[in-house]
Amino acid sequence: MIIQSENPALEVHDLTVSYDKKPVLWGVDFTIPKGALCGVIGPNGAGKSTLIKAIMQLIDIDSGYIKLFDRELDAVRKKVSYVPQRESVDWDFPASVMDVVLMGRYANLGLFKSPRKADKEAALKALELVGMESFRKRQISQLSGGQQQRIFLARSLTQNADMYLLDEPFAGVDAATEKAIVEILKNLADEGKTIIVVHHNLQSVENYFDWVLLLNLRLIASGPTKKVFTPALLEETYGGKLTLLAEVSELVKKGEFKAREKH
Amino acid sequence: MSMVGDAISHSVLPGIVIAFFITGSMQSVWMLVGAGVLGVFTTFLIEFLHRQGKIQTDASIGVTFTWLFALGVILVTYYAGNTHIDQDCILHGEIAYVPIDLLYTSSGYPVGPKAVIVLSVLLVLILFFVIAFYKEISITTFDPSYAQSIGISTGKWHYLLMGFVSLTTVASFESVGAILVVAFLISPAASAYLLTTDLRYMLLLGAVFGVISAVGGYFLAYWTNGSIAGAMVTVSGVIFAICYLIVRLRK
Repeated sequence: MIIQSENPALEVHDLTVSYDKKPVLWGVDFTIPKGALCGVIGPNGAGKSTLIKAIMQLIDIDSGYIKLFDRELDAVRKKVSYVPQRESVDWDFPASVMDVVLMGRYANLGLFKSPRKADKEAALKALELVGMESFRKRQISQLSGGQQQRIFLARSLTQNADMYLLDEPFAGVDAATEKAIVEILKNLADEGKTIIVVHHNLQSVENYFDWVLLLNLRLIASGPTKKVFTPALLEETYGGKLTLLAEVSELVKKGEFKAREKH
Repeated sequence: MSMVGDAISHSVLPGIVIAFFITGSMQSVWMLVGAGVLGVFTTFLIEFLHRQGKIQTDASIGVTFTWLFALGVILVTYYAGNTHIDQDCILHGEIAYVPIDLLYTSSGYPVGPKAVIVLSVLLVLILFFVIAFYKEISITTFDPSYAQSIGISTGKWHYLLMGFVSLTTVASFESVGAILVVAFLISPAASAYLLTTDLRYMLLLGAVFGVISAVGGYFLAYWTNGSIAGAMVTVSGVIFAICYLIVRLRK
C-alpha cells in the first residue's frame, strides 16, 4: 500500500540499487510530504541505510531518480542535512565536541575561510538544544554513545536545513537521549521541516512518527502511520524473521493491535 | 592511515627508477614527479582493492606496496646496477652526503645543498596546504560520508593529502632512506597524539618532536660515531617512550 502525497518534499522514483550485482533496493517508488516525521522501518539488511545513502548520493544507483523539493540534490544541498550512523566514524580522532559541531558550518564557509563568531554562536545554540553546552571543550573520545549521537545531531542542526535524514540515531543510545532527540525532531517537523529516520524499535513507531515507510528490499508500504502500520503489512515486511515476528506478536498481546485477521 | 604512509614510502621506488630511465638524469625534480605519480597510484590501488576487491584495508595495503616495491627492486638491480641508484641508497640513505650534493644555477654557481632546497620548497607547499585547507582535510578524515553530504569531495582531498605524503617521502628518502622515512612519518605524530587531544596542537607538537629527533639524533651520532639516520630515529623512539610513560603515569 503506497500512499502518494501532493507537493512532496522528497520524491523517490523507481529506485534500484545493488552491491556486487545483488539488488539491495528494488523498484522503490514513494513520496514524502513536507513537514512529515517519517520512520523507515524494516528488518536488518532491508536496505534502510542504503536508501538514505542513495538519497544523499553517497552510493551509485542503478536506475530511477530522486528529487528533493522538486530539484536535484546538488541544487538544494544546503537545505538537506545528513546524520550518519554513529559507528561510521573513529571517535578517537583528536577533536573536541565544539570542533565536530562546527563542521556543520563548513559547507557555508567555502575555501580559505575559518569559522567566525556567528558560526561559533550557531554551534553553541545547537549544543544547547541537545543539552550538551557544558561539554563543548570535551574530547570526543570521552563521550558516551548517547552523547556522541547528540553532538552528531547538533552538528546537523547548525546547517539550518529544511530536510534531515538520520541513519539509526537511536541505536545504542540511552533512554534519556532517545527522548531528547525525539522531542527535537518533533519540534523541527512542527516548523515544517521534513525528517526521515531509519528506525528499529517497532514499539515506539506509533509514538514517534506520523509517516512510515515499510521496507524490505522492495517498498512494502508508505503512508500515514495510522494507515500503513498494520499487523498485516508488518508481517509482509518482516516475512519469516522469527524474532521480529515475536516482537509483533508481543504488540498484539499488549492489545495495541487487533488480532491478526489472516490465518 | 599511518600504514598508508609506510606503503607509499616503499612503493614509490619503481616511480623513481622509471623517471630515471625516461630522463636519464638524477635530477630531484623528475624523481619527485615519478615518485609522486606512483604514490598517488598506490593510494588508488589500495582504495580500489579495498572497495572493488572487497578485501580488508590492511591486506590491500600489504599486497599493493610489497608488489610495487618488489617491482622497483627488480628494476634497480636489473637495469640501473651501475648508477647512483642502488638499493643501499634507497633503503638506508646517507644524510652525511647532503652537504656535498649541491644544486647549481645555469651559470654553474652553487646555490646550496640540493636536499635542503628541495625540502624547503616542499615545506612551504605543505604548510600552505595544511593551514589553508585545514578544515577540508580534517572533516574528510574524520567523517568522509558527512563531508560528502555537504558537498566536500572526499576523494579529491584524500588523494591530495596522499600526494603530499608521497612527495615528502621521496624528497626525504635520499637523506634518511625509505625505511627510516616511515619512522619520521609516524613516530613524532604518534608521540604528539599521546599528549594532546587537539589536532592543531598535535600537528605543532609533532613538528617539534620531529625537529628534536633530527637535531638530537645528529649529536647522538656525532657522539657515538654511528649512523646519523639511525640515531635520529632512535631519538624519536625515545621521545615516544617518554610520552608513553608520561601518559601511563598520569593515569
